[in-house]
Amino acid sequence: MIELQQLCRSFQVGDQCVHALDHLDLKIARGEYLSVMGPSGSGKSTLLNMLGLLDKPSAGEYWLNQTATSQLNEEALATLRRQYIGFVFQSYHLIPRLTARENIELPLILAGIAPKQRRPLVDKVITRLALTDRASHAPNQLSGGQRQRVAIGRAIVMKPELLLADEPTGNLDSVSGREVIELLEELNDEGITLLVVTHDQAIGDRARRELKMIDGRIASDSANQTISSIGS
Amino acid sequence: MRAIDLIAFNLKLIERQRLRSAMLLAAIAISVMAINLLTGIGEGGKQFVLAEFNLLGKNVLIMLPGKKETTGGIPPLTGEATRDLTLRDAEAIARLGNVSAVAPLIAGKMEISHGQLSREAFTMGSNRAFFDIRQLEVAQGKALPQLPFEQSQAVCVIGSKLRKELFGPKPALGQWLRAGDSRFRVIGILKDKGEGLGFDMNEAIIVPVANAQALFNQEGLFRVFIELRSLDGLQKSQQRIVALLKERHEGEEDVTIITQDSLLSAFENILNTLTLAVAGIAGISMLVAGILIMNVSLIAVSQRTREIGLLKALGCPARTVALIFLSEACIMALSGALIGIFISEALLYVARGLYPTIPFTTPLWAQLGSALIATVTALLFAAIPARKAANMAPVDALLDKKAGQA
Ligand SMILES: Nc1ncnc2c1ncn2[C@@H]1O[C@H](COP(=O)(O)OP(=O)(O)OP(=O)(O)O)[C@@H](O)[C@H]1O
Ligand SMILES: [Mg+2]
Repeated sequence: MIELQQLCRSFQVGDQCVHALDHLDLKIARGEYLSVMGPSGSGKSTLLNMLGLLDKPSAGEYWLNQTATSQLNEEALATLRRQYIGFVFQSYHLIPRLTARENIELPLILAGIAPKQRRPLVDKVITRLALTDRASHAPNQLSGGQRQRVAIGRAIVMKPELLLADEPTGNLDSVSGREVIELLEELNDEGITLLVVTHDQAIGDRARRELKMIDGRIASDSANQTISSIGS
Repeated sequence: MRAIDLIAFNLKLIERQRLRSAMLLAAIAISVMAINLLTGIGEGGKQFVLAEFNLLGKNVLIMLPGKKETTGGIPPLTGEATRDLTLRDAEAIARLGNVSAVAPLIAGKMEISHGQLSREAFTMGSNRAFFDIRQLEVAQGKALPQLPFEQSQAVCVIGSKLRKELFGPKPALGQWLRAGDSRFRVIGILKDKGEGLGFDMNEAIIVPVANAQALFNQEGLFRVFIELRSLDGLQKSQQRIVALLKERHEGEEDVTIITQDSLLSAFENILNTLTLAVAGIAGISMLVAGILIMNVSLIAVSQRTREIGLLKALGCPARTVALIFLSEACIMALSGALIGIFISEALLYVARGLYPTIPFTTPLWAQLGSALIATVTALLFAAIPARKAANMAPVDALLDKKAGQA
């Protein structure tokens, strides 16, 4: 489903060139559950933004469902994001003036789906996330865990294939953090490809495939280790 | 994104930012109101003048004593002449070829009484032709009789309001009125018609011109209305009349002739000036509103950077992001315009109450035009912020460090 080939992303900071992603190769199959860990500044978020088509590579190629994305224009990238990708952010990124329900509904609205067709989709997600009695609340009336559940609802309402979560539990206490992770894992069980960036070793260990990043490279990949350990 | 959803999305935004929205609405509303109000006043004045002179018909000339010196200005409606216009002048004009009717006019205020009741009324001395030329209709009784200019007869026709004030519910026809030292029998009541040429015919009393000369102890005529048989010879007839009076007034050209056209073109000049003022005021206020919109939108773009990033992350194309900002400006402009039009209508309604004779109304084109101008201005000034928002890179917008967390 995803293939990165020699992907680079560098930032010019002053007269210095920072290689946030340094000739990265990565393949992700449909339905995988990955965690990405590594020290601060190792390029985790940059990788996630790249996979989410929010950022463009400086060099290399990113194949998403057999489509080479590096040459696509903004419009085409937006369409791919809309169709295939859902995001969950550490800081939720909910729109404060909209209710929980409206936040979840937003992607459908932006996609131009008719209100009649939107309602059952949103209802299903709200029920699924046990947010029924919070649906009409504004984000600032919700707890952190509830906000992140709303954000997850918004991420999955378009039924994406890929769910990208950048430190989804970073702002949560351990209990609601665990709930959120369990929810994401349930979604993964249902078939969605899940990639979680985290600093929490316990959460990282839950993933079936663990990536460790250092200095813009993948220092270790549990998938390859298994392969190499078999080989050795 | 569907239009309804776009509107709903923007309305939530507008509602959320009440102060900002109110400020914008006020700016737009004021400029639209200025346009509508001024056009309404200008148009009212124009309609008033048009109505006045349309009453006369194109083939009617008005002759005033005195010569206007400058061309282009408003003719001296209350001209002062060295030499009087006399009834004999009027008779001479009536004998000219293309002239079908002549109505001399003497006018002034006079104390009119009936029994105990008395009031000051606008008193006009004229003849039968006056009724035709001014299109005065008689509701009861009849108009002044056909009389030679110099013959007096103690009869009068009175306006409906004057009738009410002097007679109340009692019948007025056949009754006698006192005006100054003379007595007049009421032979007709005018149909309710409102003002004409600056005087309210409802409060007027019309007597034969010879009687009026005696009443006011005045030879000179205030005006002479001249009706031509056909429009074809308008220029020539005008020249012949002037020539005739010059001859009669010892070679001095001391009368002014007004045609509907000349008067209207004079007013046209005034109205054009007014239109220019409207355009200037509208332009300035729109510019102010536009700059306000731009600043507010630019602030909104930077305040909503993270939201824009989110929308992009959710797969919203740049086009739609721009549309969200443009449509917000559009909604503001249209609502502001509506408020402005509403206020202007309310003020004009009050103005019509204060000056019932002037039809203060904003024409539809001005209302639509001002709304259009407001919308176009809003869109033009919102275009820059909208493009800025649309062109933001999704990551940078999402990670915007300035904004707080949502
Ligand atoms: N917009 C940017 N401009 C300049 N440098 C950037 C930018 N974004 C990221 N970087 C740099 O790229 C490198 C990788 O950053 P990234 O945010 O991916 O790290 P991270 O692994 O997510 O770190 P953290 O765990 O702190 O979130 C860092 O050195 C960072 O300073
Ligand atoms: Mg990060």
